[in-house]
Amino acid sequence: MTEKLRFDVLVVGGGLVGSSTALMLAKRGLKVGLFERRYCGAQASGVNYGGVRRQGRPAEQLPLAVRARSIWDRLPELVGTDGEFVVSGHLRLARSVADLAALEAYAQLANPYGLDLQLMSGPTFRRRYPWLGEAAVGGSLCPGDGHANPRVVSPAFARAARAAGADVREQTAVTNIVRAGERFVVQARHDSGAVIEVQSDWLVNAAGAWGNTVAGSFGEAIPMEPIYPNMWVTEPLPFFIDHNLGVYGGGIYARQVTRGNVVIGGGRGLGDGEYAQPLTETTRTVMRAACALLPALKDALLLRTWTGVEGSTPDDNPVIGFSRTTPRLLHAFGFSGGGFLLAPGVGEVLSDLVVEGATSTPLDAFSIERFA
Amino acid sequence: MSTTIDKNSMHRVVIVGAGPAGVRAAETLVAAGIAPVVIDEAPRAGGQIYRQPPADAGFARSKRTLYGMEAGKADAVHSTMTTLLAKIDYRPDTLVWGCGAAQLDTFHAGRQRTVLHSHLLIATGATDRVLPFPGWTLPGVYTLGAAQIALKSQGCAIGRRVVFAGTGPLLYLVAYQYAKAGAQVEAVLDTNPFSRQIAATPRLLRQPSTFAKGLYYVGWLAARGVRIERGVTLVRATGDKAVQAMTYRDGDQELTIPCDAVGFGYGLRSETQLADLAGCRFRFDALNRAWLPERDSAGRSSVPGVYLAGDGAGIAGADAAELAGRRAALAMLEDLGHRVGSADVQAQVAKLDRQLANIAQFRIGLEQAFAPPPDCASHWPDNMTVCRCEEIDAGTLRRCIRAGEASEINRLKALTRVGMGRCQGRMCGAAAAELLSAETGKPIAEAGRLRGQAPIKPVPLSIAMMDEASQADHLAAIPEHARDD
Amino acid sequence: MTNLPSAASVVQPLIAADAAPQFVRLTETHRKQVTLTLDGVAITALTGDTVLSAVLLHARRVRDTEFSGEPRAGFCLMGACQDCWVQLEEGTRIRACSTFVKDGMRVLTRPLGVTGA
Repeated sequence: MTEKLRFDVLVVGGGLVGSSTALMLAKRGLKVGLFERRYCGAQASGVNYGGVRRQGRPAEQLPLAVRARSIWDRLPELVGTDGEFVVSGHLRLARSVADLAALEAYAQLANPYGLDLQLMSGPTFRRRYPWLGEAAVGGSLCPGDGHANPRVVSPAFARAARAAGADVREQTAVTNIVRAGERFVVQARHDSGAVIEVQSDWLVNAAGAWGNTVAGSFGEAIPMEPIYPNMWVTEPLPFFIDHNLGVYGGGIYARQVTRGNVVIGGGRGLGDGEYAQPLTETTRTVMRAACALLPALKDALLLRTWTGVEGSTPDDNPVIGFSRTTPRLLHAFGFSGGGFLLAPGVGEVLSDLVVEGATSTPLDAFSIERFA
Repeated sequence: MSTTIDKNSMHRVVIVGAGPAGVRAAETLVAAGIAPVVIDEAPRAGGQIYRQPPADAGFARSKRTLYGMEAGKADAVHSTMTTLLAKIDYRPDTLVWGCGAAQLDTFHAGRQRTVLHSHLLIATGATDRVLPFPGWTLPGVYTLGAAQIALKSQGCAIGRRVVFAGTGPLLYLVAYQYAKAGAQVEAVLDTNPFSRQIAATPRLLRQPSTFAKGLYYVGWLAARGVRIERGVTLVRATGDKAVQAMTYRDGDQELTIPCDAVGFGYGLRSETQLADLAGCRFRFDALNRAWLPERDSAGRSSVPGVYLAGDGAGIAGADAAELAGRRAALAMLEDLGHRVGSADVQAQVAKLDRQLANIAQFRIGLEQAFAPPPDCASHWPDNMTVCRCEEIDAGTLRRCIRAGEASEINRLKALTRVGMGRCQGRMCGAAAAELLSAETGKPIAEAGRLRGQAPIKPVPLSIAMMDEASQADHLAAIPEHARDD
Repeated sequence: MTNLPSAASVVQPLIAADAAPQFVRLTETHRKQVTLTLDGVAITALTGDTVLSAVLLHARRVRDTEFSGEPRAGFCLMGACQDCWVQLEEGTRIRACSTFVKDGMRVLTRPLGVTGA
C-alpha cells in the first residue's frame, strides 16, 4: 500500500540546511516535503562544533555569511528557541608575527562586510586574556560572532518547518529519484517498511555528506570526500573562556558553554563514509594543543569524544545553487565543516531561487559548474 | 600508531577485569601456556564481590568476616591470582577508557598507554541497577553496592541509622552484613511481596545452597527484630542537606522512618561500554531488562577475537562468572589454534555448559522473585531528578517525549542532556528508558540504548601530555609475556 | 506487609542533618594515622582510607553540584557514578572513592576559580 504525495518542493535531507530550506519555503506558502532517513539534525548538523562565525571565511562566503548571521538573531521568533546562541565574539589567535600580519590583512578584506574585526597583541592582549597560553601572541576578535548548541538548533528548525506546514518525515530514506516530464518522481521507504511515492516540481538536494549520491543520480557528482572532524567535551568548569576560540592556521578550536563545559574540536577521526569513530592519536595531539592553548584545562576531566560525517570539497566551499543538468533541481551540500552558521542563510537563499528564480546573495563561487 | 597489524604473526591476549571471570579466564589461559595481559581498574584483584581491602594498610579482618559464607570462594580467587602473577602481565589501577579494533586505550598513574590486542576478553562486571525516587540525590543515600564496599573495604557503615531499600538478594545480604558488624539497621524495605519469592522457589532450588543462604540472611535479620517490610513502594527520602528520613507506602498507608543513611538498589546492571566500543552487536535481554552484548554459549561476541564473560555481559552472579571465564578462555584457546578436541577438554566444556545452564534457570527465578517495580516511572513526580550529573528532572524528559521530539534514548539525551554528564548514563539510563516506555506506551526495548563514547570514564586532559605514543608498540618485537616498554 | 506490626506507632526523633559526619567507623580502627587538610582545616584519617571515607568521617558532603549547588556525598563508592570528584589544592582532580589518602594531601570540596581568570 504505497502512500502517494504531491509537493511543490521535496527537500532531501533533514539537517540544518534541509530543515531551514523547508521552513523558509513553507513560510512563503509552498507545499513542501522534507524527507530525512534518520532523525532531523542528528548527523553533522547535530554533532558539529557549534561555531557561529563569519570571521575566517574566504571572501566569497562573506555575503552569504552576513545574511545568515542576521537570521541567527531571530531564532526565537523563527524556531521557538534561541538554540543557546551566545554572541560571545570569535577570537582568532595568532601564534607568530606572521600570523598577526595575516590577521591584519584579513581584517582589511572582511571589515567592509561589517565584521568589525579588532586586532590585539602585546601587553594589552596578555592582560585581557591571562588564561591563554603563551603561544598565543595576539588575535583578531569579531565581537558579533558566537556559538550555539547544534543538538538543539537543528531539530528546532525541522519542528518549525512542520509547524509552518511542511510535511516532515523522519526515518524515511529516499530510495529512487527519476525525472518524469516536468516533475521529479521520488520513491522513499520508512523504517517500518511503508513505501511512499512523491511527485514534486522541485527537488532540493540537502543530503549533506551523502549529497553526492543525489547529485550522481543527475550525472553531476562532484569530487567530495567524507571527513570526520573530532570533537571533545570537558566536565563543567568555572566559566573563564569569554569567546569562541580559533587559531589562525587551524588545528584546534574551543568554546565554553554557559553550563561550563568546554567543547574542543580539531583533527580527524576514522570512518567509512557512513559511520565514524574518534581516533586516539587525534585525541593525544589535540588535547596537547588544548592544554597549551588553555593551561587551565590540564586538570579538567574529559567526558566524551565524538565525531560525525561531513562532506568536504577540494576548495572547502559548498555547492549551492542550480543543477547544471536538470531544471528545478537545487543543490546545497559539501559544507566542508563550515555549514552551521551558513545553513539558515542557505535556506533563505534557496527559497529565493525557488520563488523568484534568483537571489541577491552572490553564489557563483558555489556553483556546481566549477566541478564539471 | 600502526593499524596494519598482522594478527596471525603474534598473538596478544588481553583480559579486561580481574574479578572472578577475569581471574578464571587468566588461569585457564596460563594453564595452556598463554601469558595474557590482565588489566584491572582496581588496585587488587577480586572484582566487586570479592573486593579486597587496600593492601599494606593494616586491615586485619579475616576473610570469614569480610566475605561470610563466600570466604572460601573469595580466598580461592585471590590465591589463584597470586599464583598467576609471575606468569601474566597484571596491570592494576589501570582504567581502560577506549577500545578500537585492535587496541585499548588505558590510563594508569596519570599516563595514557595504548595496549594492542589480537584476542580480548571483556569481563567488566556490573554496578547496581538504580531507579530513582524523590530525594535520592541527598547526601547519605547510597547504592547497596556502596554500602557493602564501605563495610568490606573501609570498615565503615554509611551512617548511624541505616535504612536498606529496593529489592534483590543483595538487599538482605548487605542488611545482614551491617547488622552483624554492629551497625544499626532501621529497616529493610523490599518492593517485592513475599509471595513472589514463594512463587519463584522451584527455580531458586536449582542452586540450593545459594537459595539456603538467602533464606538464612532473612531469617537471621527477622530473628534479631530487624524491621522488614515487603511489597512496599519507596516514596521519598527527605532531609535538610542530607537524608533524615525515608518514606514508603504500604497499601494505602504512608510511613516514615527516621534515618541518616539509605542503601538501595534493584539488582545489578552490566557494564557494557567497552563491548559497545569494541563493535559488539547488542540485543535487548528481557530477563535483565537491559541491552546486552550478544554472546554464544561459549562467550564469543559478534566480533571475531572479542569474548565476553561474567556480569559484564548479563547478570548471573559470581559462580557463573568463574565458569564463564573458564569457558570463554577455552573458546579463545580453540580460536587461537590450540587443540581442544581431547576428551578431557570436551568433558570440561560440557560440565561448564551444564553448570551455566543451571545457574541460568536460577537467575530466572531470582528475577521472578526480585523484579524491579513495574510501572515505576508512574510514581516519579516531575520535579524528581533523573540525571543526577546534569540535574535533569522527570518533567523535562516527559515534556520532550510528549511533544513528540524524542522516542528513543539517544535523541532524548541530545535534546534534554540526560546521560550527558560524568557518569555517561550509568545511573540514569535505566530510568530514562523506563520514562520513554511509560510515555510512549511502547515496550522498553524500543527506547533503545545509550551509545557508548570514549572515554568511558572521565580522564584528565593532561593524559595527552604524558604518554608513550612515541614508542611504537610493534607486536612482532615483543615476547608475549613482556610488558609494553 | 510488615514483620513488626507495632513499628509504625513508635515515634522516633529526626536526626539533625549537621549533627554528625556521614560515615561511621565500625572496625579496623588500629591502622596508622594520616594527616591531611580538608578545605584548609587539618583532619586525620587512617592509612587505607579513601579520600571519600576520610571526608565523610568528618562531614556529610564532599562536593556541591555545578548547577543547583546542592550538596553531594558520593553514591556508588565503586567509581561508576562519578559523583565524588574533588580537587586538590595543587589543581589535580581526583575521584575520592578510588583515591587513597596520603599524608599532606590538601583536599578541597569547593572548586578553585581558574588561575588568571
